[in-house]
Amino acid sequence: MASLDIQGVRKSFGATKVLHGIDLAVRDGEMVVIVGASGCGKSTLLRIVAGLETATDGKVLIEGQDVTPLEPADRDIAMVFQTYALYPHMTVFDNMAYGLKIRGVPKAEIAARVKEAAEMLSIAQLLDRKPRQLSGGQRQRVAMGRAIVRHPKLFLFDEPLSNLDAKLRVQMRAEIRRLQKRLSVTSLFVTHDQVEAMTLGDRLVVMHEGRAAQVGTPMEVWSRPADTYVATFIGSPAMNLLPGTLEQGGAAVRLAGGALWPLADGARPGADGTKVTIGIRPEHLTVDGAEGVAMVVELAEPLGSETVLHGRLPDGTALTARVPGAAAAERLSLTPDAGALHVFDAGTGKRIDPA
Amino acid sequence: MQKKVIFRGVALPVALLLPQLLITGIFFFWPAGQAVWSSFLREDAFGLSREFVGFENFVDVLTDPNYLTVVWNTAVFSVSVAVLAMAVALFLAVQADKAIRAATAFKTLLIWPYAVAPAVAAVLWLFLFHPQIGIFGRMLNNAGIMWDYKINGGQAMTLVIIAAAWKQVSYNFIFFLAGLQSIPKNVLEAAAIDGARPFRRFWTIIFPLISPTTFFLLVVNLVYAFFDTFGTIHALTQGGPGLSTTTLIYKVYVDGVQNLNFGSSAAQSVILMVLVMAMTAIQFRFIERKVHY
Ligand SMILES: Nc1ncnc2c1ncn2[C@@H]1O[C@H](COP(=O)(O)OP(=O)(O)OP(=O)(O)O)[C@@H](O)[C@H]1O
Ligand SMILES: [Mg+2]
Repeated sequence: MASLDIQGVRKSFGATKVLHGIDLAVRDGEMVVIVGASGCGKSTLLRIVAGLETATDGKVLIEGQDVTPLEPADRDIAMVFQTYALYPHMTVFDNMAYGLKIRGVPKAEIAARVKEAAEMLSIAQLLDRKPRQLSGGQRQRVAMGRAIVRHPKLFLFDEPLSNLDAKLRVQMRAEIRRLQKRLSVTSLFVTHDQVEAMTLGDRLVVMHEGRAAQVGTPMEVWSRPADTYVATFIGSPAMNLLPGTLEQGGAAVRLAGGALWPLADGARPGADGTKVTIGIRPEHLTVDGAEGVAMVVELAEPLGSETVLHGRLPDGTALTARVPGAAAAERLSLTPDAGALHVFDAGTGKRIDPA
Repeated sequence: MQKKVIFRGVALPVALLLPQLLITGIFFFWPAGQAVWSSFLREDAFGLSREFVGFENFVDVLTDPNYLTVVWNTAVFSVSVAVLAMAVALFLAVQADKAIRAATAFKTLLIWPYAVAPAVAAVLWLFLFHPQIGIFGRMLNNAGIMWDYKINGGQAMTLVIIAAAWKQVSYNFIFFLAGLQSIPKNVLEAAAIDGARPFRRFWTIIFPLISPTTFFLLVVNLVYAFFDTFGTIHALTQGGPGLSTTTLIYKVYVDGVQNLNFGSSAAQSVILMVLVMAMTAIQFRFIERKVHY
């Protein structure tokens, strides 16, 4: 158990800049999820924390101690890889015991700790098998087991669930969260799946092209996205982004198509006519309101309890709405819920909050 | 699913197989049969008459104290060549696997010796270690070490072992490198995180994972040392001084071609043939067990 501090970490592979200065403080026992699109540098960041890659610049501190120059072996961390990376020639028991043997833990204690971890993960009956005799889900558990027997200061997970089928994923997700809470080990969890990120993390780091676009609790990130990238990345279906301008001294926005929507949560700073990007989540659009915009439905996706409607506004802007129950109409009038509008700078994409 | 092409009739498959069968027949089964047949015959010194003597040639060979010396030489030579060639190759492969820059150049250089003909390679070693004209030979003598492989049997054996092993290092290197590169990087990283230092990682992870390659190479190297080193020995020491670098295959040549003792030479070839069949059988059995760990 320990805190983790990442300070100004940069990384380049030759001329390719992958990380542009990441700062992150993870508290003792906290689970922080790093989420972002493929290639944004999540794995690279995790591997720098593990000591498998050397940062071009910046520091990593565990429990306040600078571990930047230390080998992975000296950092007292455990990592679960996407490919599980089990030792193919060793039994499940030996896979889990390997790190303990190296650290010279007495035999009896090794046996006890492996047994405890195996029972926690319900793989006690598999201890004599070799990895090739296990299913994907079982291998995943062994990889988890290998991490937890060590009682490390830090858990690192690099997309450990992405090779599992959908059902098993949901199950393991819950299990990892339960284990992490029970052991209260400080953890970094990398994923590109936003649902996984929302459900697992105490806090999220949304990464975008080597930068931390936003750090916050799942609800903060969802309800107050820092920029248009985070806004569209978190939440499903993605938030609608519409071009518009500020009106009425910032108290309302006018869509390019003409509709005027009041900003119920407060006026935004900026002169009338300032170009902005207006964000509205599909679930925050209500059918048949007074100030409605007309949408021509092009595609309806019924999900049972609700329907996702894809369509266009009269000026051609694409719009998505999520409405309860079944919806069969071809034309709809949609109104945003009060206070549910997000306003972003049209140029930089940064969030504009009420003054 | 495996798709098999099925030919109707017999003529076409036989026609297609014929060239290969002819080659195998003419160049392998026929001489091998001749050797087996000759091993039961005894010929007089002028080659005028032959008589059938049953297993007498084999009895003579196996009770000849010289033959036992040669068996011992062969064992020492083969095991040393295999161990030396494999150890050096493994060391170099581990270095090449680590090297990021200049890796290609490194690999190319290491593969060259394999393209050198045994006799040429032997002459190269001869130039290096000749007591009077060789660089290292002179150096050793100047340093006060009596070096003359033409007189000292142990030195002669050392020289042929080094020369024979040197030629085989390239082959082993290629296989070891492929074996090392097939180990997933993540597995080694997991071991590093588990606390294993490089030396420990090598012996507990890398070495066990390349053991199938190691075993395969062990058999190949032993077979090489047994049968393919004739040229090297012939060019360097001609089996001497005395019998000190005469191996089984070299003795077959000496007895058959130089001493014209065809019966004994044939019996020795048959013994060698049985040996190589045994080794091949061991190797095939092992390869058939597809899962190695
Ligand atoms: N060893 C390397 N050499 C050169 N470039 C690399 C290396 N490792 C990663 N990169 C580059 O760094 C960038 C970030 O890679 P990284 O593996 O961190 O992405 P990621 O966010 O984990 O993506 P994914 O979700 O696909 O795993 C990529 O553009 C990748 O091509
Ligand atoms: Mg990755």
